[in-house]
Amino acid sequence: MAAGNAIDPMHQFEISKIAEFKLFGFDLSFTNSSLWMVIAVSVVSFITIFGTSSRAMVPGRLQSLAEMSYEFVANILTGVTGKEGMRFFPLVFSLFMFVLAANMLGLLPGSFTVTSHIIVTAAFAVLVILTVIVAGVINHGTHFLHLFVPSGLPALLLPFIVMIEVISFISRPISLALRLFGNMLAGHVALKLFGAFTVGLLGAGAASVFAPFPLITAVALTALEFLVAFLQAYVFTILTCVYLNDALHPGH
Amino acid sequence: MELAAAAALAKYLGAGLACLGMGLAAMGVGNIFGNFLSGALRNPSAADGQFGRAFIGAALAEGLGIFAFVVALILLFVVK
Repeated sequence: MAAGNAIDPMHQFEISKIAEFKLFGFDLSFTNSSLWMVIAVSVVSFITIFGTSSRAMVPGRLQSLAEMSYEFVANILTGVTGKEGMRFFPLVFSLFMFVLAANMLGLLPGSFTVTSHIIVTAAFAVLVILTVIVAGVINHGTHFLHLFVPSGLPALLLPFIVMIEVISFISRPISLALRLFGNMLAGHVALKLFGAFTVGLLGAGAASVFAPFPLITAVALTALEFLVAFLQAYVFTILTCVYLNDALHPGH
Repeated sequence: MELAAAAALAKYLGAGLACLGMGLAAMGVGNIFGNFLSGALRNPSAADGQFGRAFIGAALAEGLGIFAFVVALILLFVVK
């Protein structure tokens, strides 16, 4: 790669300040990341508030969208955790809708992908795992620790199994955060690279006849990214439900 | 200068090697969906109920590939 026209796929993830704002020595500036978070929340609020305001017997487009997303998340939650899991529905629904909206809005050209920053996804993952721990301790007290001690084990195996269970529990928030972050980052880097290949080939004289090939790939990748954007929101939600299920029904 | 060049070389080699993990994770994800599909074609009526589980398995297998990707990213952008 020549130093002069180096492809810079990471430029799109840079955070720039829109309005400077400092409080008690913390930098609380309104950035482009905050702007797209606000847009994502506005889109979700618009769909859910205006979609449910008319309550027609035969739903219109917006109402069907709101009802479909409600039923989709409710089906995932009750399928994994059973009826009592519906207590966590507000959390799971908000997480799903926000992650989905942020992923989808990130695919607009020139926009900013909120979920491509590990600090955002890590905050979600920590929120989920803290909810699991707090709800597990409140519901079951010390019985929650049976999560790490499967019943019916020989005493010789017990320390190893407990160690493995603890490591597997700790790695849950890490993998939850990294999966969403990695998928979003990798997808957008790939899109940017193929776009840059197209531009680079167009300016390469006779080789410009090959320029449509990376363009076609970029179009196909964009379609794939829409699938990934939905799939990662789905996977994030279903794994949240699986972890919440541990808080409701600990012990194997 | 020799040492710095060798360190830079090792950094890029390590990042490239870390990418092998992504290919291996691809084998894992493909294995899960291949087996899901072959099971679903034998018993299509039971397929819908296991759809979520197939995705949990795929997400867990894919997560390990993402770890390899993160190792490559750390080597490229964090390690000086």
